[in-house]
Amino acid sequence: MTKSALFLSAAATLALAACAKKPPEQLPPAPQETATPEAVETGAATPGPGTQDHFETAVGAVNTIVYFDTDQYDIDSEDGSKLQAQARYFAQYPNVNFTIEGHADERGTREYNLALGERRANAAKNYLVSLGIPAARIRTVSYGKERPVALDSSEAAWAQNRRAATVVIN
Amino acid sequence: MRHLLATALILVAAAPLAAQSAGQSQNQDLGERLPQDGAVQTTEDEGLSGSVSFEGNLEDLGIAIPAFATDRDAPTPANAAGTAALGTEIARVVYGDLRNNGLFKPTGPDALPRPAYAEIATPNYATWGNRGADMLVQGYVRAQGSGQIAVGCYLYDTKLNTQLARQGWLVTPGEWRRAAHKCADMVYSRLSGESPFFDSRIAYIAETGPKDKRVKRLAIMDSDGANHRFITSGKSTALTPRYSPDYKKLSYLSYVDGNPRIYVYDIGTGRQTLVTQSRNPTFAPRWSPDGRYILYSMAVAGNTDIYRVPATGGESVRLTSGPGIDIGGSYSPDGKQIVFESDRSGSQQCYVMNADGSNQHRISFGGGRCATPEWSPRGDQIAFTNASTFNVSVMSPNGQNVRVLTRGWQDEAPTWAPNGRIIQFFRSSRGRGGEASLWQVDLTGRNERRLSTIAGASDPAWGPILP
Repeated sequence: MTKSALFLSAAATLALAACAKKPPEQLPPAPQETATPEAVETGAATPGPGTQDHFETAVGAVNTIVYFDTDQYDIDSEDGSKLQAQARYFAQYPNVNFTIEGHADERGTREYNLALGERRANAAKNYLVSLGIPAARIRTVSYGKERPVALDSSEAAWAQNRRAATVVIN
Repeated sequence: MRHLLATALILVAAAPLAAQSAGQSQNQDLGERLPQDGAVQTTEDEGLSGSVSFEGNLEDLGIAIPAFATDRDAPTPANAAGTAALGTEIARVVYGDLRNNGLFKPTGPDALPRPAYAEIATPNYATWGNRGADMLVQGYVRAQGSGQIAVGCYLYDTKLNTQLARQGWLVTPGEWRRAAHKCADMVYSRLSGESPFFDSRIAYIAETGPKDKRVKRLAIMDSDGANHRFITSGKSTALTPRYSPDYKKLSYLSYVDGNPRIYVYDIGTGRQTLVTQSRNPTFAPRWSPDGRYILYSMAVAGNTDIYRVPATGGESVRLTSGPGIDIGGSYSPDGKQIVFESDRSGSQQCYVMNADGSNQHRISFGGGRCATPEWSPRGDQIAFTNASTFNVSVMSPNGQNVRVLTRGWQDEAPTWAPNGRIIQFFRSSRGRGGEASLWQVDLTGRNERRLSTIAGASDPAWGPILP
């Protein structure tokens, strides 16, 4: 068992304990320094836990989106480390529920891409569940090719659009 | 009394559905209810007689279509200028139907004299023969005491001086265009030997706004683009509509509750219900030819399979299983088989199964990905998207005889004309604009043209001949 996995197990245990106590939904607990080695920056202007800004600041914006090869949905090692960073955050804030949005590039048919986006979102979800994040906290939604972030019709743009983006529900 | 009874029945039937739906949320994206369709009553039997004298290419067949005559120029709700002006409009619609589809060589009412009412049943053949017309389509329009409009349509061979066909219809003033489409259908069928297709409608998705913030609304229109209406407001993304065979319902995908789900919208009541009560996302609705069943595809834990549910609700039956995306599905016209797409082999390919899900076998081996298969209403062809090259193609139901029909940068989602002779699809432009537009092409690959729509457009779904 790796060090990070140990941390995650601890975090998951804490998460379960927190769930059992049923704290108020609207008031996530303050960051617990023992749960993660990555100290969360706090300040007067910083949004609190449970917001997208807080999530992106804590895990790094690049770690909130994983990318896929054409027609593929497997989680490679780079995706894995991003999802581990996400898992640490969600273990630290057990009251924060979130959505994984699955997307595809424009070079696919519309209906297949909806199914493909759902498959990608679930691949990311399953990875997080394997790291101890309860499935009940994770919603998935597929937008197929309907919501591109890169608008060119190029390999580079398509690579940016084949993604699963984790979004915190406010 | 009958009306009151009908209203009472609707209220009773609607009550349990209201309890099922999550408040009003399922209806919040819907626009106003559509007006009810009137029935088109055939008043004259199709009189078929004689043989067609023309033996050349049908594209060279000259057809004169003068303004329809009227017995007296009477006021009508169908046209502010009266029945004489309506007669000109009807002939324009007939002319437009034939010209826009590359059929024959028609001449319209704006370039021809109007025949007198008395001439309609006994044409002045010499006049039309001298104008170089091989065929003459003329007719009449009369305002009836009932408030309806009577339209008669006659087809003559001006070389043999014979009547080839005639038909008449009673329509409500709001549906005068249907009489014109039926006239065009009569002419087309009599001269080509093919089944009619003009008197039909198309459901599609109207698209406005930039590529990354595009508004997608469910919309409908007649086969010639007239009578356009939006069904949804655009607050939620709508995709992939399909008309029920009787035109009473539309199934389509909506994100109205935040998730992609298939709804069945009842045009008469203006209400919609989920195709299945499930928290899972559902995609790709398809009707059986008899309208009794709806196919839908549902993702469970990321794995998509095809299901069948009675159109009136009830238990769903899962037709495919196993890992892989199985999606879509299009019935053969006899309802016995379904062609669908699956990536179980590693890439999107087309498969055929029996209607109960048995005997699933792959039919596409031509190279490239096979997607969105649609069985022709004639049964002899399957149209599909080659999802590697993004050309719309056709093949035999056994997967043989593949023919590429279109060459756009990205063409997808074919839909058949009711007679199986024309295919519509949507074309996306390359680059940051990414505009979508509706196109059609005939089965020979000729007469490709862009349809005129009020905005960008995608996902055309051509319904059958109107009942």
